[in-house]
Amino acid sequence: MSEIGLTTGAAPPERARNATSESSVPLSHYVSPKPFDPYAVDAMTAAQERFYRAPPLLLMWWRLQRHRVAVVSGALLLAFYVIILFCEFLAPYGLDSRHVDFIYAPPQRLRVIDNGSLAWPYVNGYRYRLDMTNLRRVYTPDPDKHQRIRFFCRADEYHYWGLIPGNFHLFCPAEGGQVFFLGTDRLGRDVLSRIIYGARISLTVGLIGVSVSFALGIIIGGIAGYYGGWTDMFIQRAIEVIQSFPHIPLWMALSAVLPVTWSPILVYFGITIILGMIEWTHLARAVRSKLLSLREEDFCTAAVLMGASPARIIGRHLLPSFMSHLIASATLVIPGMILGETALSFLGLGLRPPITSWGVLLNEAQNISVVALYPWLMLPVIPVILTVLAFNFLGDGLRDAADPYH
Amino acid sequence: MLGYLVHRILIMIPTLIAISILIFIIIHLPPGDYFSTYIAELQSQGEGANLAKIAFLKAQYGFDLPLWEQYLYWALGLLQGDMGYSFLYDLPVNKVVGDRLLLTFLVSFTTILFTYIVAFPIGIYSATHQYSPSDYLLTFVGFLGLATPSFLLALVLIYLANVYFGISVGGLMDPIYMDKPWTWPKALSVFAHIWIPVAVIGTAGTAAMIRRLRANLLDELQKQYVVTARAKGLHPMKVLFKYPLRMSLNPFISDIGSLLPHVISGAAVVSIVMSLPTTGPMLLEALRSQDMYLAGSFLMFMAFLTVIGVFLSDLALAVLDPRIRLQVGRSQ
Repeated sequence: MSEIGLTTGAAPPERARNATSESSVPLSHYVSPKPFDPYAVDAMTAAQERFYRAPPLLLMWWRLQRHRVAVVSGALLLAFYVIILFCEFLAPYGLDSRHVDFIYAPPQRLRVIDNGSLAWPYVNGYRYRLDMTNLRRVYTPDPDKHQRIRFFCRADEYHYWGLIPGNFHLFCPAEGGQVFFLGTDRLGRDVLSRIIYGARISLTVGLIGVSVSFALGIIIGGIAGYYGGWTDMFIQRAIEVIQSFPHIPLWMALSAVLPVTWSPILVYFGITIILGMIEWTHLARAVRSKLLSLREEDFCTAAVLMGASPARIIGRHLLPSFMSHLIASATLVIPGMILGETALSFLGLGLRPPITSWGVLLNEAQNISVVALYPWLMLPVIPVILTVLAFNFLGDGLRDAADPYH
Repeated sequence: MLGYLVHRILIMIPTLIAISILIFIIIHLPPGDYFSTYIAELQSQGEGANLAKIAFLKAQYGFDLPLWEQYLYWALGLLQGDMGYSFLYDLPVNKVVGDRLLLTFLVSFTTILFTYIVAFPIGIYSATHQYSPSDYLLTFVGFLGLATPSFLLALVLIYLANVYFGISVGGLMDPIYMDKPWTWPKALSVFAHIWIPVAVIGTAGTAAMIRRLRANLLDELQKQYVVTARAKGLHPMKVLFKYPLRMSLNPFISDIGSLLPHVISGAAVVSIVMSLPTTGPMLLEALRSQDMYLAGSFLMFMAFLTVIGVFLSDLALAVLDPRIRLQVGRSQ
C-alpha cells in the first residue's frame, strides 16, 4: 500500500517542475502542447487501479498478509487439516496396533549420523530389561541394532477412511524393527500414530461445534438484532444467563447426561453439539451488534420499502456485509472448543475410547506417575497447544483484516 | 446510585431463576430417576431395598409430583438452604459438602486477586514498552498460558514441586486438618497450600487480562491528551497514571464478568487433578454416578458465585464510572 501512496504523490504537473528549475527566469507563459484531457486527474496508474478496483476478498487477503504470524498460523492449520485427510498414510502404525513386547517404550531418536558419517536415517533398537526391584520395564537404545527406516513402504494394514483397504505408509520401521519416535503407551501402541489419528477427531470437533454455534448465533443474534425491542431484550438476558455459567462444569453435566449406550460416533456428535450449544452466545452477540448498526443503513431501508421479507433482508443484504467479521469471531471460538473437548475427555466425561482424540490420549497421562516415569505420554498436549495458538493468531489476523475499508 | 443498585438487583433475580430452571432441566435429563435405578440395582444384587425410606425420600423431594412442582420444591428448598439429598452419600447435600463451598469461594476469590495483582504491572509494563524484547517475551508467555490446558500444567507443577521442593501439593491443607473445625493453624495451612492451584487456575485468565490491559492502555496512550500532557512537560509517571491508566481500568474491572466463569471452570478441572477439597472433584463424582441433586447443587452454587461476582464488578464499575450509573433507564 505504501508504494501506491508514493505513486500518487510522485506525479506533479509539468508546470510545477518547470517553475522550480527556472526560478531565476521570470515566469513565461506556458501552454502544454498535449491535447486537453479533462479526466487526467481521475486517471489512475496500473498499481492504483489494481488497488482501488480490488474486490473486498483480495483486500482482506492483502491486509491479512501484513500479519505475518497469522499467515504462518494459517499455513500450520492448513497442514494440520491436510494431515487429517491422510492419517492412515502418514502414521507408521495403525491406530490400535499393539506391540506387547514394547509396553511403555520411550521415544526413539531419529539418527542420521553413524560413526561420524552421514547415513540413511535409522533408529537404534531397544535393549529390554525388567527391573525386578521397581517392577519396571527398562528400555535402553541398543547401538548394535541399526534399524534403517523405510520410506513409501508397505506395513500395517488399514482401511483408508474406513473404506478403502491399503497398507502403504510414508515411512515404516525396518523389517522386524520398530520406529516409535514418540514412544508407546501402556498397551504398546505407538504414540505418534495415535496423535496423528487423534487429530482427525480433535480438529473436527472444533469445526463441527463451531458450525452448530455459527448457525445458532446467526439465527438468534439475527432475530435479536433485526427486531430489537422486547425480543432483543429477552435474547440478551438469555445470553447473559448462559454466559454467566462456568462452561466446563456445564459441559461436564451435559456430557454426563449422554446415554452410555450411545455408539462412539453418536457420542462424538453429542459432544460437538454440546460444545456448540453453549459457545454460540459470542457469535450471537457479534451478529446482533453488527445488525443493529447495519439495519439503519440506506440499502436496508430500500429493501424494506421494496417489500423484502425480514429473512431475505437479513440473509441477502445484511449477512454478507459482515460475514467476514463473523468468520473471524468464529475462528476465535474454535480454540475454546478444542480445549474444552480436551478437558472433558481428560476427565473421562467427553469422548471415550475407541474414539481417539488428543484429550482421550491425555486421559492416559492422568496421574503423577506418568509424569515421573513416562513423560512422553503427555506429548499430545503439544499439538493441542499449537492448534489453539494458531487459531488464536489466525483469528486475530482475520479480525484485523475483516474490515479492509476501515 | 441507589436506582442503579435496585435495577441491578432486580435484573439478578430473573437471571438466577433462569439458571435454576436450566439446571433443573439438566438434573432431569437422564432417563429414569435415581430411585428406580437404585431399587433395580439392589434387587439385582439380591438385596431388599429399604422401601420405607425410599418412600419417605420420594415424598420429601416430591418425586411423584409433576415436574414443575418438583422444580418449585427444589428451588424453594435452595432458598431455605436445603440443597436436596445426595443419593450417592445417602446424606443431605448440606452435610456432604462441608467446607467445600467455602473453599471453592476462597480459591476463586484468591485466583481473581492473583490475576489482578500479576496482570496489572505486567500489562502496564508491556504497553509502555511496546515492541521491546521483553514485551514480545511477555506476549509469547501470555499466549502460551492461554493455550496450555490447565490440568496438564497442574500435573507438571505437582511433579516439579515434589521433585525439587519435596512438598506434596495435592490438597488445600495438611492432611491432619482435613474435616477439622476451622482454627488458625488450619487457616495458615490452607494459606500455604493455596498458591500452586491458584497460580495454575489463574494462568489463562492472567494471560487474557494482560493482553486486554495492554490493548486498552495502548489505545489510550495514542490519544491527543497524552501528547499534550507530555508536551507540557508532565512527569512521565504522572502522564501514565493520572489519565490513560484510569481510562483503561474500566474494562479491567468489567472483565470480571467474563473472567469469573473461566476461573470457576478452570478451578473445577484443576481441583479434580490436584484433588482439592472443593466442589470440582465432588461434582465429577456426582456426575459420574448420576447423583443429580448433588451435581445440581454444585452447578447452582458455581453459577450463583458467578452472578454475584458479576454483580459486584458492576457495582465497582458504577462507582468508578458515572456514565454507567446515570444511564439506567435511559437506554435499555
